Amino acid sequence: MFEAVAFYLFAFLTIAMFFIAVTTSQALYALTALAAGMIFISAFFFILGADFLGAVQIVVYSGAVMALYAFGMMFFDTTRDVKEKNGNKYIVIGLSVISAILVVAIFSAPIVSENITALYPMVEGAGNTQEVGLVLFTKYLVPFEVAAVMLLVAMIAGIVLAGKDMDLSLTLLDDKEIEEIKNKKMKKVL
Amino acid sequence: MDTAYLIETIIKVVVVLLIFSALAGIGTYFERKILAFMQRRLGPMNVGPYGLLQVAADGIKLFTKEDIIPTNVVGRIFKIAPVITAATAFMAAAAIPFLPQFELFGYTVHPIIADVNIGILYILGIMGVGLYGPLLGGMASANKFSLLSAARSAAVFISYEVVTGLSILAPIMMVGSLSLIDFNEYQSGGFGDWIVWSQPVAFILFWIAAFAETGRTPFHLVANDHEIIDGFGTEYSGMRWGLFFIGEYANMFFISFVIPLLFLGGYGDGSFLGALGLLAKMSFFFFFFLWTRAAWPDVRPDQLMWLCWKVLMPIAVINIVITGFVMMF
Repeated sequence: MFEAVAFYLFAFLTIAMFFIAVTTSQALYALTALAAGMIFISAFFFILGADFLGAVQIVVYSGAVMALYAFGMMFFDTTRDVKEKNGNKYIVIGLSVISAILVVAIFSAPIVSENITALYPMVEGAGNTQEVGLVLFTKYLVPFEVAAVMLLVAMIAGIVLAGKDMDLSLTLLDDKEIEEIKNKKMKKVL
Repeated sequence: MDTAYLIETIIKVVVVLLIFSALAGIGTYFERKILAFMQRRLGPMNVGPYGLLQVAADGIKLFTKEDIIPTNVVGRIFKIAPVITAATAFMAAAAIPFLPQFELFGYTVHPIIADVNIGILYILGIMGVGLYGPLLGGMASANKFSLLSAARSAAVFISYEVVTGLSILAPIMMVGSLSLIDFNEYQSGGFGDWIVWSQPVAFILFWIAAFAETGRTPFHLVANDHEIIDGFGTEYSGMRWGLFFIGEYANMFFISFVIPLLFLGGYGDGSFLGALGLLAKMSFFFFFFLWTRAAWPDVRPDQLMWLCWKVLMPIAVINIVITGFVMMF
């Protein structure tokens, strides 16, 4: 009984939050509703007994939305409404309704035809965190590593783009130019 | 789910809420007194004996003061921001074992509200969400100083959380569990079994990050009085302003419980002496928060980010790698 109550409560809250995030023209409302919705989603993980994923959902998305807030702070006066450029309203609404129906159909088709089997059933005696580790480091090892390498590439690219003088390559410069750079730096210190 | 369990949980929630919101009030008294003694003053003296009733006087003032919502603020966000700080602080308390289990009138009481098996991750995650309070309050208040404070709280958030996560990873690898009860069991052998002896680096890093998490003095840049007035709290008045403080002090108490539970043996073997020991360790860490406030200057936001990303994070990563090698061979 409690599970059902909790499920419907959080389902309603999550949908309400994301609805606000999409429809409001006030940047602060949208961001706050997004953060709240992301945190409410973690409730479903807790209801399903996936405590680890629930906690990770909170940790990861509260940080990610925080970065969005930082951008919001830089680009808008967040206490004013944002003037949105709405093209043809009917096309926007029509397309979003169609895509929503498509997504629901894609995910509910296997449920309706009762064609779902658990490929990786629970290992008896293993805790929640261990379960995630088992699947991640056996079946999904390659995608996991590829994602890790991609993130590393993105991180290095970010550092190169943001850091000072990162486009200089010492191996491509001759000695004279290197000397010049050194002298420049010495002057700055003095 | 039987009714007895439900009633027990509700009673525990109410007890924790009452005790810690009262403690948060008394915490402000301790802070004033200790700061005063360290600065050779007397502190609050006039209300009650030794100024003890100052807390009640402050409470009356906060509750009865008019709740002002300034004109240009984003109303709803402005109103909800202090609630986020206070509520998340108490939500984090759900997974903290405050005392060992004890018998009361023949009924075994577990002084933990929800023994989830990912306790420490849950606590840190929820405490992190608590920083949304200053952020939202600052951004909603249509005030330059508040906005600066909001920007700083975003900077604090993204810098300290990496350090906390990485620093506790090494002890987690040793214990093999995320539950605070398991952490306590691992160290229940006594003084020599404490994790701090095998993980001193992680202990120091976590302790430093705890200061950033609670926004205490070396990293008190979110509401630095001498630079940005009261930061996010500039536009607030009455109990909404008070809620920020209840959240901050409750957070200090909870993190002071978590540090000994993780590194200093917690309540040990679960005897009465062990329980007293946990309370003593908690008091020391709470006192240390006040001590640093009296003794240390504040750092600038860029210094905090430099410290977290360029000094503490590499140390934490090296610590994890070394722990991994030691455990493997």
